[in-house]
Amino acid sequence: MPLSRRQLLAAGTAAAALGGLPPARAQANTIRLGVLTDMSGPYRDSTGPGSVVCTQQAVAEFASHGFQVEVLQADHQNKPDVGASIARQWYDQGVDAVIDVPTSSVALAITQIAKEKNKVFLNSGAAVTELTGAQCNPNFVHWTYDTFMLSKGLAGALTKAGGSTWYFVTADYAFGHALQRDATRFIEEAGGKVLGAARYPFPSTTDFSSFLLQAQASRAKVLGLANASGDTVNCIKQGREFGLHKSMRFAALLMGLVDVHSLGLETGQGLLLTESFYWGLNDRTRAFGKRVQPKMPNRAMPAMVHAGCYGVTLHYLKAVADMGVAAAKASGADAVARMKAMPTDDDAFGPGRIREDGRKLHPSYLFEVKSPAESKEPWDYYKLVATTPAEEAFRPLSEGGCPLVRS
Amino acid sequence: MDEIFGIPAPLLFGQLLLGLINGAFYAMLSLGLAVIFGLLNIINFTHGAQFMMGAFAAWMLLEYLGIGYWWALLLAPIIVGITGVILERLMISRLYKLDHLYGLLLTFGLALIIEGIFRNQFGSSGMPYRIPPELAGAWDLGFMFLPVYRGWGVIAALVLCLATWLLIEKTRLGAYLRAATENAALVQAFGVNVPRMVTLTYGAGVALAAIGGVLAAPIYSVNPQMGTNLIIVVFAVVVIGGMGSILGSIITGFGLGIIEGLTKVFWPEASATVIFVIMAIVLLARPAGLFGRA
Amino acid sequence: MANSATTITDTAMRERVTPGEGIWGFSRAQLAGVLVLIAFLAVAPFVLYPVFVMKLLCFALFACAFNLLIGYVGLLSFGHAAYFGMGAYITGYAAKAWGVTPVAAIIMGGLVAALLGVIGGWIAIRRQGIYFAMITLALAQMVYFFCVQAPFTGGEDGIQAIPRGSFLGIADLSSDMAMYWFTAAIFLAGFLLIHRIIHSPFGQVLKAIRENEPRATSLGYRTDDYKLMAFVLSAALAGVAGATKSLVFGIATLTDVHWSMSGEVVLMTLVGGLGTVFGPVIGAAVIVTMQNYLAEMGAWVTVIQGVIFVACVLAFRRGIVGEIANWLKVKL
Repeated sequence: MPLSRRQLLAAGTAAAALGGLPPARAQANTIRLGVLTDMSGPYRDSTGPGSVVCTQQAVAEFASHGFQVEVLQADHQNKPDVGASIARQWYDQGVDAVIDVPTSSVALAITQIAKEKNKVFLNSGAAVTELTGAQCNPNFVHWTYDTFMLSKGLAGALTKAGGSTWYFVTADYAFGHALQRDATRFIEEAGGKVLGAARYPFPSTTDFSSFLLQAQASRAKVLGLANASGDTVNCIKQGREFGLHKSMRFAALLMGLVDVHSLGLETGQGLLLTESFYWGLNDRTRAFGKRVQPKMPNRAMPAMVHAGCYGVTLHYLKAVADMGVAAAKASGADAVARMKAMPTDDDAFGPGRIREDGRKLHPSYLFEVKSPAESKEPWDYYKLVATTPAEEAFRPLSEGGCPLVRS
Repeated sequence: MDEIFGIPAPLLFGQLLLGLINGAFYAMLSLGLAVIFGLLNIINFTHGAQFMMGAFAAWMLLEYLGIGYWWALLLAPIIVGITGVILERLMISRLYKLDHLYGLLLTFGLALIIEGIFRNQFGSSGMPYRIPPELAGAWDLGFMFLPVYRGWGVIAALVLCLATWLLIEKTRLGAYLRAATENAALVQAFGVNVPRMVTLTYGAGVALAAIGGVLAAPIYSVNPQMGTNLIIVVFAVVVIGGMGSILGSIITGFGLGIIEGLTKVFWPEASATVIFVIMAIVLLARPAGLFGRA
Repeated sequence: MANSATTITDTAMRERVTPGEGIWGFSRAQLAGVLVLIAFLAVAPFVLYPVFVMKLLCFALFACAFNLLIGYVGLLSFGHAAYFGMGAYITGYAAKAWGVTPVAAIIMGGLVAALLGVIGGWIAIRRQGIYFAMITLALAQMVYFFCVQAPFTGGEDGIQAIPRGSFLGIADLSSDMAMYWFTAAIFLAGFLLIHRIIHSPFGQVLKAIRENEPRATSLGYRTDDYKLMAFVLSAALAGVAGATKSLVFGIATLTDVHWSMSGEVVLMTLVGGLGTVFGPVIGAAVIVTMQNYLAEMGAWVTVIQGVIFVACVLAFRRGIVGEIANWLKVKL
C-alpha cells in the first residue's frame, strides 16, 4: 500500500514539473514577444517558422535602445482552444505582446484575452474584418491584410479591366462566404455581374472537377476562387486540366507567394491575385527580402504575412522605446495608442499609419503571375498590374461598426 | 438546350462522366484496403498515408533522380510496398492474435507518424508535379472537354481492378490466400508458407495504395495531408461494399462516385456527407455490407 | 465477433470486486488512489497554472466517460467528439445568447448530448466491433457537418466570449480560482458517478454482457437496452465535460466536434489504461500536458502522439495505470 501511494505521488510531482511554466520573474527591462502561429497545418509555409524568423529580424534590426527583447514561439495548430490557452498562459507569465496568429477563429479568441488582460495583440496572419469591426478593441493592431482588401483589390480592378461576369467556386464555411460576399459587392459596384456560385464542402474536397465544370457551363469570363491555400492550388491545377483557362481568367481571392511556388509557374502563369507585400516590388522590399532570405526555412523569400510580422514588431518596439519600457509593459492599450499616434515606416511596407480601429493602412497591389520565360531568378513570380492607394484599400471607418470610433 | 431537373443536359452528362471517373479512382483505392481487410483482417488506417507516400515517391523520383512518370508508376509502388512489408513484419504481425481494433489503433498511430514526418520535412503547401506530356490535352466530347489524363486514369483503374479480382478469385495463389483466411493452420500444414504469403499480400495492398498516389499526383496537390482527406471516404466504400468482397468494393466505388457526382450538382454542400448517410443506412439494413460475407 | 482473438477488454483488468465490497465499491488500492486524487485537486491550483488544470479535468472527465463504453461494455466509439462538442456548443450558446446561469447551462449541454446519445446509440448498438466504430464515426461526421452549417455555432469562428457567469449567485466564476473549484467539483462528481454506475447491479449486467452476451440474453436480460443505457450515460457525461470546457475557455469551436478529437480521447484512454478506474485520468493528464509542453516545439506533436499510440498498442496495452496495477497486483 505505501508503495502505491508514493508511486502515485511521484507521478503527480512529475506531472506538476511538466505542467507548470516557471513563474514570472520580475524582468523589468525585458520586452517579451510571443509568436503564435501555425507550425504543423496548412498555413505553415505562409506563416509558421518564417514568421518567427521575421520577428527576430525586426528585433535584431531594432538593436539596443536600453532594453532587452525576448522572442518565444508556439504552435496553435489552428485550434482556438490551444491558441487561447497558450496566449492566456503567456500573458499571465509576462509576455507583453502576442504576434501573428493566422486562422480567424483563433485570432478572435485571442483578441478578447488581450483586452481582458490589458496586453498587446499584433496580428499579421488573420483575414477576418470583424477584428477591426464589431470585435475591435484598444489592445489590438491588424497589420498585413484582410478580406476587404483582398476583394477590393482583386474584384474591383479585374471587373473594370473587362472581367464583367464572374462565377465563384467557394469553400463552404464562413471565411469562404465572406470572401465571396465582399468580392460580389465590388464586382457589382464596378458594373459586373455574378452568374452563379458552387459551394463545396470544406475542408474535405480534393477534386473540384464537378464545380469547375459548372463554372465552365456558365460561360462567365472570370473564375473566382473564394478559398485558400491547398484548395486554390487544386482548383487552378484542375481548371487548367479541363481547359477552363482558355475561356476564363482565374482570380484567386486569397493566394500568396508560397502557393504560387507550390503550383509552379507553368500552371500558375496568368493568375491574378492581391497582396500587400512582394519582395521584388521595389528596392526597399528587395533589400529586406535579401536580408532575411538566408534565415528563412528552405531559403524561401518572405511572403506577405512574414513581412507583416517584421513590420508590426518593428513599429511596436519603436513605440516602446518612445514611451519607456515600464509604461509599455504596464498597459497594452497605452502601447497600442502610442503605435497609432506614430506614423509607420519600414522597408517592407513603406510609410503608413494605424487607424483608430486598429487597422494598419498601406497600399494593396494587384499582381499577375509571370510565365516561366519571364521569370529571371528564383522566386521572381509577380508582375505588378495595378495599385490601390492606402486610404482606399481598406474598409472605410464608417462601415466597420467599431465601438472605438466616434462618428 | 433541354434541361433535366433544372440542370442543362450537357452539364448533367458531364457531371455523370466525372462521377464515373472519380468512382474509378475510389474503386482502385479501396481495392488495396479491401484486399488487406478482406483477406488479412487488418484494419489498415495507414492506407491514406501510403497513398500519400506513393505520390511523394513519384515526386522524389522526378526531383532527385530525374525519373519520370511512367517509370514512377512501376517503381513507386515497389518502394512503398517494401516499406509496407517492413511495417508488417516488425509491428502488425504481432497483433494478429488480438482484437482487430488494436490493428486499427496501431495503423492510426502509424498514419500520424508518417504524416507528421512528411509535414516537417516538406511543409504543407504541396509540391508541383506535372501531367506527363503524352497525356496532356483534352478531347472535345461536345458536352464537355474530357482531359486525356482523366481518361487514362479510368483505364488504369479498371485494369488494376480487373487484374486484382482475377488474381484473387481465379488463380491458385488467390485460392491459397482465401483458404488461409479461413483456416491458416490447415493451409500451413499443406506446406504453404502462410506468414510469408500474408506479408506479401499486405505489401501488395500497400502497393495498390501507392500506385493510386502516383496516378493522383499530377491532378491533385502533392501534400502530406492528401491521404487524410481520402482515407475516411475509402473506408466507407469498403465498409459499404462489404469488407470481405473485392467485387463489392469495386462496384461501391463506382456507385459512390456517381452518387457523389450527382450530389455535387444538386446539393453541393452535402457532397462530403452523403457517403456517411449511405454508410449508416447500409450498415443498418445489411450489417455485412452490400456484398460482404458475414 | 472475434473467434479466438482476445477482445480489447480482456487486457483490461478484470474487476474482481463485487458490489458492496470496500467503500462504495472501491478496493483498498483504489481508495488510496481516490485520496491522492482529492489531495491533488486541493493542492494543484496553488502549484500549477489553474487554467491548465481545469483543461486537464475537463478532458479527464471526457476520457472517463469514453472509458465507460470501451472499458466496461467493450464498444469502441470513434465518434465521441460529437457529444463532447455538442455539449460545448449548447452550453456556450445558452450562456452567451440566453444568459443562462452556468449550472443550468451545463445541465442543458449534458441533456442535449444525452439526447444525441439516444439517437446515435440506438442506431449504432445494433452492430459490434469495427462496424460499431464505423457507424459512430459516420454519425459524428454528420454532426460535424451540421455544426459547420448551422448558424448558431458560428461556423469556423465558433462561439466566442462565452461568459462564465456566477455560481448560484454566490461566487463570481470569472475569477480563475472560483472557476477552478467549480470545475473540480464537477469532475469529482462525474468521476464518482461513473464508478458508482460500474459497481451497481446495472454495472454487473454490463460486465456480463461484455463477457458473454448470448448467455446474458439467455438469462433474460435485454442486452440492447443495457448497452443503449450505457451509451447514453457515456454520451451525457462527455457532453458535461464539453460543456464545462466551453465555460472554462469561453469558446466552443469546430475542433470540439472534429474526428481528431475523437481520436485524442481514444489515445488518452489507451495510454492511461482501458477499463481501469484511474486510467483515463492519468491518460488525459499525460496527453494534455504533452500537448501544452510541446506546443513550443512546433511541429513534432503529431509525430509524438503517433509514436505513443504505436508504443502503447505494441508494448503497453494495459496502459500506464494498468501496468502499475499489474505490477503491484492490485486493481486500479
